[in-house]
Amino acid sequence: MTQDLGLPLRNRWAVAWDDVPVAEFGEFRDRVVMAVRSGVRLVMLFGVPEGNERIRMVAVLSHDAHGRLGVLSSRASGSYPALTPDCPSAHVFERELWEQCGLVPTGHPWLKPLRRHPADQLPAGRTAAHDREAYPNLRVEGGQVHEVAVGPVHAGVIEPGHFRFQAHGEDVLFLEITLGYQHRGVERMLETVPLERAVVVAESVAGDTVIGHSESFCGALEALGRCQKGVHAQSVRGIALELERLANHFGDLASLSSDIAFAPGAAYFGRMRGDCLNLLLELSGNRFGRGLVRPGGVGFDLTAEMVDSFLPKIEQLKRDLEQVGDLFFENESVRARLEGVGALSADQCSEFGFVGPTARACDMTRDVRHDHPYGLFRFAQIPVATAWAGDVAARALVRRLEAGRSLKFLGEQIGSLPAGQPRHPLGALQSNELVIAMTEGWRGEIVHAVLTDGAGHIRRCKIKDPSFHNWSALALAMQGNQISDFPLCNKSFNLSYAGHDL
Amino acid sequence: MLKMLLARLRQGHRTVAFPPPRPALPERFRGRPVLAASRCATQSPGCGAGPALRHEPGRAPIFDLGASQFSPEETEACAAGALRFGSEYAMATRTREDLLTSTGEVKLATALERESRRLFGHSLKLRSVSAGGCGGCEAELIALGNVVFDLARFGIQFVASPRHADGLVITGAVSRNMALALEKTYRAMPEPKIVIAVGSCAISGGPFRGSPEVLDGVPAGIPVNLYVPGCPPHPLTILDGILRLLGRM
Repeated sequence: MTQDLGLPLRNRWAVAWDDVPVAEFGEFRDRVVMAVRSGVRLVMLFGVPEGNERIRMVAVLSHDAHGRLGVLSSRASGSYPALTPDCPSAHVFERELWEQCGLVPTGHPWLKPLRRHPADQLPAGRTAAHDREAYPNLRVEGGQVHEVAVGPVHAGVIEPGHFRFQAHGEDVLFLEITLGYQHRGVERMLETVPLERAVVVAESVAGDTVIGHSESFCGALEALGRCQKGVHAQSVRGIALELERLANHFGDLASLSSDIAFAPGAAYFGRMRGDCLNLLLELSGNRFGRGLVRPGGVGFDLTAEMVDSFLPKIEQLKRDLEQVGDLFFENESVRARLEGVGALSADQCSEFGFVGPTARACDMTRDVRHDHPYGLFRFAQIPVATAWAGDVAARALVRRLEAGRSLKFLGEQIGSLPAGQPRHPLGALQSNELVIAMTEGWRGEIVHAVLTDGAGHIRRCKIKDPSFHNWSALALAMQGNQISDFPLCNKSFNLSYAGHDL
Repeated sequence: MLKMLLARLRQGHRTVAFPPPRPALPERFRGRPVLAASRCATQSPGCGAGPALRHEPGRAPIFDLGASQFSPEETEACAAGALRFGSEYAMATRTREDLLTSTGEVKLATALERESRRLFGHSLKLRSVSAGGCGGCEAELIALGNVVFDLARFGIQFVASPRHADGLVITGAVSRNMALALEKTYRAMPEPKIVIAVGSCAISGGPFRGSPEVLDGVPAGIPVNLYVPGCPPHPLTILDGILRLLGRM
């Protein structure tokens, strides 16, 4: 039986806003809950302010295995019966709706501020008071229970966040993560600044995911602007995305090594990360690829000279990965340190909607390049890498597998770039259209939902970084583990604070 | 063990000499701007449309390195085509005003006075506060510790507490949610102390300037000793700036 996903959508394909079905709230809620219960994934749930103090609630659903996407909506004002008790993966979306749009999800089991900022998507005529500091931390009572608070400023060079542990000796009973310290107001900026500046803001959602986020944002604009998606341009973007994935996977393996005091891994993987960043630098003039992804294609082309320069470096990285990877993964003390720590189950991934290597390390074949292919990935497939134990070791292994497969892919694609222009003109954006642009960033699924108004300007820009889901994975994974394993677990997920906070 | 030793042999020595031999960076690297004054005689329409370039009629153009994200489109803000990003990575300065230039040349950071050089010249402990940026500058600060740049060889390292620190490195546009933590960190550092602002966000708000959720960079109450422009600055730019400040260049 084909699951009801609402109006059929495709990745990076704009639809008329008027075509998005509007159901009465009870029906909307039932349809979403039933879909998720039958194995469909809730990709996004967000609010668009309308007049009359109402919020249009939009749900994007995905049947990953069938590669189908759909959207449905409803209207609410004031409060509504929360979806979370019946659909746990809605939990963060509903907190966000409450914070941004002022809608109260009654019955939400964990209604707390998410990014701790004044509401910025209120319907016309409404205001809301706000207290940035108000955040009720869960406390476990008991004479032998102690509370450990870490952050927002951390020991090392890292973005800010607050971690509150309830511990019994070394055992972590509960970890609560409070974010929002990196909230910069990105969505409102994308809805108000000129497009040329907006692209730079989109690059800056998460500085280590410049390609991933700009790829989604530009993909959305290209759909709305009916822009030709040239094969050459899309190929260069796919190559850049995989270089970004490599740089970060090597960086994560380096930092995991560092945290368990395995110096060779820290040194060698760290240098390999730099080599990948230097390839992006050679291509785009910036180590993170800023300036590269632009609406219509790429701002810098991969020339024949660069192809000759890159290919031997890719081959060398393959050899390095094999050698350094074996050094790491075949070392018994490394494995002993990583195995069994911070384990998650596939059920937890399903229940909470975790994405990326985190989900793939629990044997879930969930990858946007595979499920909703776009750009180069419509023509060239990278086999999805999974592991099954769901622990730190499994997440490290998925990174190693993905790095190897990305390198193989790069060797093939760089050496056989199709001819074509690096960039095609972007037309004026269509009015009153909605597009969902999904990308498999190195942390997982990135989604930019863009809605235009009657004048073809961006009316609503809703961004979902993979960390939006996956921060909860860290909190869950720490339960029952040693508090001293926190840095290791944290690095095994390597979540984005900026990507979550926006 | 044998595998470990073989790996060590194969991986070799990767640390770049500092200063590195020229050319240090690839052709497309967007370094310090170059403004060809001869090409820009009068103001053309559309001049100064980017975040960093200002050109008033009858006056020399002014490019603010602290406001620039070094994005390729910024060169298009100059209608006469007189602006490009050059290959020079050294561009850190001691004052905010030194980041403004009509030619692209800037007064590079001079060393701290003698007493500070005596204290910090060969041992500088830095505390990092990431405050409302994208994380890119932080990534380059971390890269400074890798085998290629090896910050530790200069006696510079990051420490886990403001109480242990000589210098505060600030990245990010300073979100409202981080303003208090930044202030507290600065106050918690004992004297003598220095402050380094790294990246366009910390200097001027960067891509986020004007957002109601950020303070557009380091607030006035925290005096800055070194400004390192970039988005993010290349590790060599940061390293060059810090070593100039310490009188090691």
